[in-house]
Amino acid sequence: MDKIPILKLGDFLLVTIQVDMHDRLALALQDDLSSRVVSSGARGVLIDISALEIVDSFIGRMLGNIAAISALLDAVTVVVGMRPAVAITLVELGISLKSVRTALNVEKGMELLQQAFEPRSQHQ
Amino acid sequence: MNDAVHSRLAEIVNKHESDILKEWLDNQRAEGTLSKSLEADVQQQSREFLALLKNTLRQGRTDMAAEWTDLRDLLTNLSRNRMEQGFTPSQTATFIFSLKQPLFERLRKELGQDADGLAREVWTATLLLDKLGLWTTEAYQKTREAVISRQQQDMLELSTPVVKLWHGILALPLIGTLDSERTQVVMESLLQQIVDTGADIAIIDITGVPLVDTLVAQHLLKTVAAARLMGADCIISGIRPQIAQTIVHLGVELGDVITKATLADAFAVALTRRGLAVQAVKP
Repeated sequence: MDKIPILKLGDFLLVTIQVDMHDRLALALQDDLSSRVVSSGARGVLIDISALEIVDSFIGRMLGNIAAISALLDAVTVVVGMRPAVAITLVELGISLKSVRTALNVEKGMELLQQAFEPRSQHQ
Repeated sequence: MNDAVHSRLAEIVNKHESDILKEWLDNQRAEGTLSKSLEADVQQQSREFLALLKNTLRQGRTDMAAEWTDLRDLLTNLSRNRMEQGFTPSQTATFIFSLKQPLFERLRKELGQDADGLAREVWTATLLLDKLGLWTTEAYQKTREAVISRQQQDMLELSTPVVKLWHGILALPLIGTLDSERTQVVMESLLQQIVDTGADIAIIDITGVPLVDTLVAQHLLKTVAAARLMGADCIISGIRPQIAQTIVHLGVELGDVITKATLADAFAVALTRRGLAVQAVKP
């Protein structure tokens, strides 16, 4: 079974979903990611879904779950690169991912993560 | 109906073509569908029509088969032109129906002594001209429907422009009622523009939306949620006092969406978000 790679980039973890998600893959990713957040002590998780063309309610909920799990482990989740069609589908499904931060692309997502941690580092 | 009958009709039309044409034009003039400016056009059209009718009749069929394509095309064009010039459907159909009198007159003169033959020919000619008349009306209607559907499409596109106000700031001035079909179009064009321009703030201006009920509010919130999923924050502006009252009375929850009274206020918020400010150059 193929696996979605999780890359460590400084304080952040980068997940790029390049294949069509099926439920088992999504669950595996949720598992992997939560253990990686703990083991690496990452403060931010960036999930790039720009290659994701099809979503269902399960994948949508999974994205929300990942964000909630990361938040428990003190990491901010940013979902980036959502396609317009995917966004419309999620909204029609009634999944608005209120607890997840979003950005247009990886670059902006990184900016957002860095901004989120800037004030904290300035205080220290 | 045998072939001899039809060839008789063709023969009569052929023999008296110029007379029929003259009387036909006189009739059209009397009906008032032939104004001075159109005289030349109509003469030309009538002449073409008679010539085509003659040729087609000679082939001996009256059931609108393939042989009639030329004639129908002529009528379709004619109907379209007349519609564009502001004729009514009946005026357009009169073009065909005013041919009846001169044609029947000739038939009577040719076949006056043969009552059976006359009745048969008149019936055939009536059927034929009625079909052609109906065809003009149908073509007129089709042209009009095409115009209506084009205008509908235009209106849909015109009413959902996405404007770039500044780098990273989009505005979406909504005008007209927001139904689910339009919400879909609005949402799609907004999201596409967000991708194209890389904007992270979108201002939805509802000054032109006449009525905001729970359904419209739901559509607005859907658009806001979809934009947020793409990484763009939305500000709703242009809320008129009456609309604000309605929203509160209906108990509609706009959630944590930023709302402003005017587009200018919303723009100011958007600029501040991006770390920009408008400044007077002269003191």
